[in-house]
Amino acid sequence: MKKYKIQLLSLLGMAMFLTSCGDNNGNKKSSGALNSNNAEKVYVAPGEHDEFYAFMSGGYSGNLTVYGLPSGRMFKEIPVFSQFPTTGYGYSEETKPMLNTSYGFVPADDSHHPDISQTNGELDGRWIFINGNNTPRIARIDLQTFETAEIIEVPNSAGNHSSSYITENTEYVVAGTRFSVPIPQRDMPIADYKGNFKGALSFISVDPEDGEMAIKFQLIMPGFNYDLSHPGRDKSHGWFFFTTYNTEESNSLLEVNASQNDKDFIAAVNWKKIEEYVNNGGGTKMPANYAHNVYDEHTHTATTTMNKEVLTVDPTKVPGAVYFLPTPKSPHGVDVDPTGNYIIGNGKLSADLTVHSFDKMLAAIEGKKFDGEAYGIPILKFEDVLAGQVKSGGLGPLHTEFDGKGNAYTTFFISSEVVKWKLGTWEVLDRKPTFYSVGHGMIPGGNSRKPFGKYFVSMNKITKDRYLPTGPELEHSAQLYDISGDKMELIYDFPTHGEPHYAAAIPAEMLAPKSKKIYRLDDNKHPDAVTTPDKARVVRKGNEVHIYMAMIRSHFTPDNIEGVKVGDKVYFHITNHEQDFDVPHGFMMIGQNTSGLLIMPGQTKTSVWEPKQPGVWPFYCTDFCSALHQEMQGYVRVSPASSDIELSWTLDGE
Amino acid sequence: MKNNSEITIIFNFITMKKASILMILGALLLTGLFVFPLWNIMLGAPQYPEPLGMNIYIDGIKGMNEFDIKNIDGLNHYIGMKTIPKPEDMWEFSVFPVVIGTMAAVGFIIGLLGFFGKVSYHWFLGWLIVMTILGILGMYDFNAWMTDYGTNLDPHAIMKMANPDGTPMSYKPPLLGHQKMLNFDAYSYPRLGGYLMGAGMFLTLIAYFVGKRSKKNN
Repeated sequence: MKKYKIQLLSLLGMAMFLTSCGDNNGNKKSSGALNSNNAEKVYVAPGEHDEFYAFMSGGYSGNLTVYGLPSGRMFKEIPVFSQFPTTGYGYSEETKPMLNTSYGFVPADDSHHPDISQTNGELDGRWIFINGNNTPRIARIDLQTFETAEIIEVPNSAGNHSSSYITENTEYVVAGTRFSVPIPQRDMPIADYKGNFKGALSFISVDPEDGEMAIKFQLIMPGFNYDLSHPGRDKSHGWFFFTTYNTEESNSLLEVNASQNDKDFIAAVNWKKIEEYVNNGGGTKMPANYAHNVYDEHTHTATTTMNKEVLTVDPTKVPGAVYFLPTPKSPHGVDVDPTGNYIIGNGKLSADLTVHSFDKMLAAIEGKKFDGEAYGIPILKFEDVLAGQVKSGGLGPLHTEFDGKGNAYTTFFISSEVVKWKLGTWEVLDRKPTFYSVGHGMIPGGNSRKPFGKYFVSMNKITKDRYLPTGPELEHSAQLYDISGDKMELIYDFPTHGEPHYAAAIPAEMLAPKSKKIYRLDDNKHPDAVTTPDKARVVRKGNEVHIYMAMIRSHFTPDNIEGVKVGDKVYFHITNHEQDFDVPHGFMMIGQNTSGLLIMPGQTKTSVWEPKQPGVWPFYCTDFCSALHQEMQGYVRVSPASSDIELSWTLDGE
Repeated sequence: MKNNSEITIIFNFITMKKASILMILGALLLTGLFVFPLWNIMLGAPQYPEPLGMNIYIDGIKGMNEFDIKNIDGLNHYIGMKTIPKPEDMWEFSVFPVVIGTMAAVGFIIGLLGFFGKVSYHWFLGWLIVMTILGILGMYDFNAWMTDYGTNLDPHAIMKMANPDGTPMSYKPPLLGHQKMLNFDAYSYPRLGGYLMGAGMFLTLIAYFVGKRSKKNN
């Protein structure tokens, strides 16, 4: 019977696709004048700049991409959790530690939910955080350099999905587990899941000065799946909300077995209360093993520290800290409106949206109106906390954003549409199709107290016929809607890289003026940097050869090196001496078993080469840096291991 | 144009004291050169939407942005130009401050003496003539340096550009105004210190005429 129901749902979904297709075709033919008007709205003339920066997660690319809105132009892919041969991230000696974990070197991940740092609930543009879903990690990206500055591993977690959302003064970046697992990990039968597996919700503190992260505490929750989360804001600041599914605690064929309960929960966590508990010595220190990788912009080098302990909190030990809000049908997104009063549960197997009221929740807690408990955590009565329901007429609501004008915009995966509705009256105001099957939507600042309600971006899971076909594998599609008027208007459609699960956008004027142009050479603290060309040298340490090299338009210093032998491990420590905006130099060595390097002005990077046969082997600059770029090259003479040729090096025969 | 009689009336009320104040002010305006640049050269190109620029002070050359000089030198090495001189590389940068300081002091003293009736307005003109001669000498020297800088090139330069007639191309920036050089547009104009000096010299000229008029009316 249940199986039959699911099939019916997908049939319905297909029917909606077909309808959407029809609408689209109709649009294309009938509204030329409208289209030209829309063209003006997204047209950013050559040399002009976009109004917003949009940061889109890369999904299985493990990275974060930077786009402009409204143009949809991609500006940069920021490597985060994945090796990136374009720049040498995760390959260079300096950046390899960024990808260290307790599992060893993990070269890829699944990045999901970026969130920009806030002060008083408003975007401040200092950092952007993003979660690695597969091997649980949280990264902090510096928004002056647009580079990953720090990655912290999250122990006791698996499927780091209800992450990485930040509280309104960036006190915490929060990372919840999707999979519950044995805590601590141990060998046990999977069938014993129920009651034994646990879900860890991690509160990671962020240093207000330098942004450095540290796990303050982990809340060890019942073994549900913690899907998404959001901080309370304004009046509900101090609380955090997590959706759950699989409150059935099944461990197999979840698509059916985790869809049995009519209602799952939104967990409301009073983190201020737990913080106080922890600050007063509460919680249990538990052995753990997790990596903390920090990149120093001055040494241009990352270091890994393995942490051996984490503070855990049993929610039942802190009265009043956690409550469950019953929410229909495996809710996906939980979203809090800019006033902080409405907590929206997007029941993904439901047609309706459930909106809880923070005020009513407090009143119900005050009146102790509980409807039983789960693992010692009080369950509030659905009717007592319900603010209203949005009878959307759509299917499969996933996520809701806000425009700051009292409206909410919910994405519907199954019916492939975005629905605009009014907070308070729950009235549906408008609906527009997406192409196809939208996951998350995004309004710049829509995740804060002060959204910039001009555009809505839908990030779709299915592309099909939207662009020229490129074989079986397609990039995902995104659509841009103008939401400045009463009705939404689809104004643009552009492909996105990887699979964006969520995005965050910020007005360009908040970031562009402080975007770094160069790294200062006189501030380069890399121990292997050569800051003046006369310090360039080659040093042998056993079978390691260290080449301390400088590069500037359009030569390497030194450029010819002799005395290297087969079996040596050759380190190229290369410093870019340019101090001009946008003059990087590249480096590649023939037959190198690793990526090349892309080195920014003032920066030092190191690449390793292990020559395997005698000969004279060239290297060159891979970035077309100048008119003499093709001349920017050098040779390394490699002699047999038995040779007694001394190290020597030259530039221009000197 | 006001009618002449009115202007005459106004001038009639102006005394040698007022002329002397103008002389003092004019001389003091020269000291702006110790703070503000005398001249400026900007170099824009397609790759340099934010142009590179150098400010020429009486005691040295500074980039408009921190690394402009380094970047100008970096580009110039392709065509074999010498690097932009540092203060110790040119005698001018130690002599010019002395000359300007001395002229400002002398002008100030002349103005003061004029104020107390110890010298006549002819001294104002005398100061201006000396200053003008020094200015012309300075410009001549500046132009000679730029000519050397733009034409005395490294014979091993990476790019040896020639004019259509086969003569080596000169990279001398214009003394005043705009000139296209390869992919660069060079703009050469006075800067605030230079304008202050010009205004100061103009004031001393006015001082001379005012002084002369007051004398005549006396």
